Amino acid sequence: MNAKTKKMISDNMIWGVLILLILIMSIGNKNFFTLANFKTLLTGEAIKGVMAFGVAFAILTKGIDLSIGASAALIACVTGALVQAADYGSRILEGGTQFPALAAILIGLFMGALIGLVQGSIIAYTKMPAFIATLGGQLVCRAAAKIFTTRPVSNLSDGYRFLGSAQIGPLPVIVLVFLVIFALAAFILGQTRFGKSLYAIGGNDQAARVAGINVEKNLMLTYVWCGVLAALAGIMLAGRAGSADPASSGLNYELDAIAAATVGGTSHTGGVCRVTGVLCGVLIMGVINNGLVLLGVDDNYTNIIKGVIIVVTVAFDMKKNTKKA
Amino acid sequence: MDKGRGDLSLSEEYVLEMHDIVKEFPGVKALKGVKLQVRPGTVHTLMGENGAGKSTLMKCLIGIQPVTSGKIIYKGKEVNYRSTREALDAGISMIFQELSPVLERTVADNVWLGREPKNGIFTDHKKMREDCMELFQRMGLDLDPDEKMKNLTVAKMQMVEIIKAVSYNASIVIMDEPTSALTESEVEDLFKIIEDLKAKGVAIIYISHKMDEIFRISDDISVYRDGEYIATAPAKDLTQDEVIKLMVGREITNMFPKVECPIGDVTLKVEDLCAGRLVRHVSFDLRKGEILGFAGLVGAGRTEIMETIFGIRHKESGRIIKDGKELNIKSPKQAIENHIALLTEDRRGNGIIGLLGIRENMCIAKLNLGKYGLPLNRKQMTDDTQRYIDSIRVKTPSQETPIMNLSGGNQQKVLVGRWMLTEPDILIVDEPTRGIDVGAKAEIHSLLSELAGQGRSIIVVSSELPEVMGVADRIVIMHEGYVSGVLDRSEFSQETIMKYATSHKEEAENKEMSK
Repeated sequence: MNAKTKKMISDNMIWGVLILLILIMSIGNKNFFTLANFKTLLTGEAIKGVMAFGVAFAILTKGIDLSIGASAALIACVTGALVQAADYGSRILEGGTQFPALAAILIGLFMGALIGLVQGSIIAYTKMPAFIATLGGQLVCRAAAKIFTTRPVSNLSDGYRFLGSAQIGPLPVIVLVFLVIFALAAFILGQTRFGKSLYAIGGNDQAARVAGINVEKNLMLTYVWCGVLAALAGIMLAGRAGSADPASSGLNYELDAIAAATVGGTSHTGGVCRVTGVLCGVLIMGVINNGLVLLGVDDNYTNIIKGVIIVVTVAFDMKKNTKKA
Repeated sequence: MDKGRGDLSLSEEYVLEMHDIVKEFPGVKALKGVKLQVRPGTVHTLMGENGAGKSTLMKCLIGIQPVTSGKIIYKGKEVNYRSTREALDAGISMIFQELSPVLERTVADNVWLGREPKNGIFTDHKKMREDCMELFQRMGLDLDPDEKMKNLTVAKMQMVEIIKAVSYNASIVIMDEPTSALTESEVEDLFKIIEDLKAKGVAIIYISHKMDEIFRISDDISVYRDGEYIATAPAKDLTQDEVIKLMVGREITNMFPKVECPIGDVTLKVEDLCAGRLVRHVSFDLRKGEILGFAGLVGAGRTEIMETIFGIRHKESGRIIKDGKELNIKSPKQAIENHIALLTEDRRGNGIIGLLGIRENMCIAKLNLGKYGLPLNRKQMTDDTQRYIDSIRVKTPSQETPIMNLSGGNQQKVLVGRWMLTEPDILIVDEPTRGIDVGAKAEIHSLLSELAGQGRSIIVVSSELPEVMGVADRIVIMHEGYVSGVLDRSEFSQETIMKYATSHKEEAENKEMSK
């Protein structure tokens, strides 16, 4: 009983960090603890949050996906170009017809899956470190986006922008998407064969193989999941901003997503990931980003604080995990 | 290298004394006032089941873990080391059960790791190499100091580790299960080194589960149970049965409780199986309800055969026929779908998934067959797990406990449960009791016998002759990839098995010639 409560406390310590940060920010600025600001905060973090649920799966299998920011940009540009008004003067795809929003979104998700499949196959079958494979993927995707268009893609159809900028009642759709992805990630990791296989592969891939798990297939699927969520994030990004920029859209988003997953207790040594932890990690990053802006802290200092928090939480986590072993 | 030995005068009876050692972990008292007295120039063996506190006691001695209370007297002075470095400098070195060599560096680099001789500010590579050669010669080892560590066999790595421990001019060398990865002849080499060290006045603290080897080399034996000191006595005054009785606190009447059961038709037929250098034209039959043993020296190809049958290793040629149907197994999953299960020899390497709980570890193979539906039927998983926790007596606080927190024997039982959930007709177990204490050993043996009684067929691969002889109905003996002999239970004897294990069967050779 004692050990059990202790474990519960150590597993949920991260929520204490979140509450502490919220307290600090609330004391620092009276505008922080307001409904309007929480809406801003969540809207701001939803896109990176969706990516975080993707990359957390990769980290769970001892991998990483550095390509998600760049592939989000590529897909934002391509799908954005498909839904530009047909009579828009500076249309990227000259003379083409305007695609229905749903078709463009599905094409985008399919592209994301494809990018994930290629990277996943390379990682699974050549045993190449995921860091390298997806670093290559990042360069390729970013460059492809810049080749596809040199100027920002704007004037996007309203239907397409629904995911990024619409509201249902008081709730922004973008936040809703984030929550749906959270629930889906929790379902996959907790309730499906695929999810349980990922824990096994991350924990001990040799043992997983002997237990009959097709390690390669599952690794491939992991990166497909990452890719699809990156695509979704890209579509949300373009929808929210109303345009997609090949050079700056989604730039460094992968790092924030990785940071959120990591702060949320996803272990880079594999086999450990709690979806609620990742959610908490996303919120922590959000509180820092949002709160420090309200406090008027310079961007560079914000990054210093972020960096310190990431390193300190992971240091605690490592200590916890090594003590167990 | 040998100076400073003279101060171990005969007037000091013990080189090391540990009194009333208490070690508390949060919630657990691992050592409850334990005693150990070691005489110089002797081999002092620590015995006890897993969890008895032997390793913890050693970790306290060399400063990996601080003692809660108690007194450690080394060479007449009270000491309390806070790190292995301090202990090493004082002359106490330890060879750990789990090796940790730097694989990409040379043998010499590994031996002098962290204390490389310096020439000015530069590392003196020449001296490193020369000192290494000297040590190897002294120990009668044929090793190249410039060889990369990764090119060595596990046994050779173990020898390097031993050399390293000795090179500290230690007065006490602690060896934790040093022979678990060694072949018979290498064990002999190790024993020679131990004799050599003894003659030089070095005390060896030896931890092992292998009875025959303990009685061969020990001068004194101390027994521990559940963190308590039980007894110390000269080895010559003890018998195996007495030691076991002291260790488990009860008498194990039968290490190999074999139940005779009816043996049925052939269920698995392996014909002319080839896979690499270590599986050459292997043929054998396995019957329903039969326990078939596989004996042979380390590297004879037994594990490789099992891996080939199970789809881990690529089959070059030959046929595997189960219940009259030829199987073409390319992956473990296909093997499992055909109701074949393999409990691998490397429990930590490819058996348990340490971070995950008992339930996840036990259900993973059945889960992968898609038997728990979508969403996963948690209740059924819990029930399945509980059934095997109860029926094969897994000692665990809960189903959620990470499996790495269990003792080796209990981990093994969880893995047996994992395979039983896949309803195997054929259960292959490779070194099922390696590193497991005697109590759990006997339980696993009786479990195998019980499973055979249910009409399953079992293959037991084991390097411990008493074990295969105790549990098997027939024994297949391997030598360098070939089957060199098959014995019926009435023909079992250690001598016969060793004869086949060390020589080729002519028939097998002729077959290879005629190819």
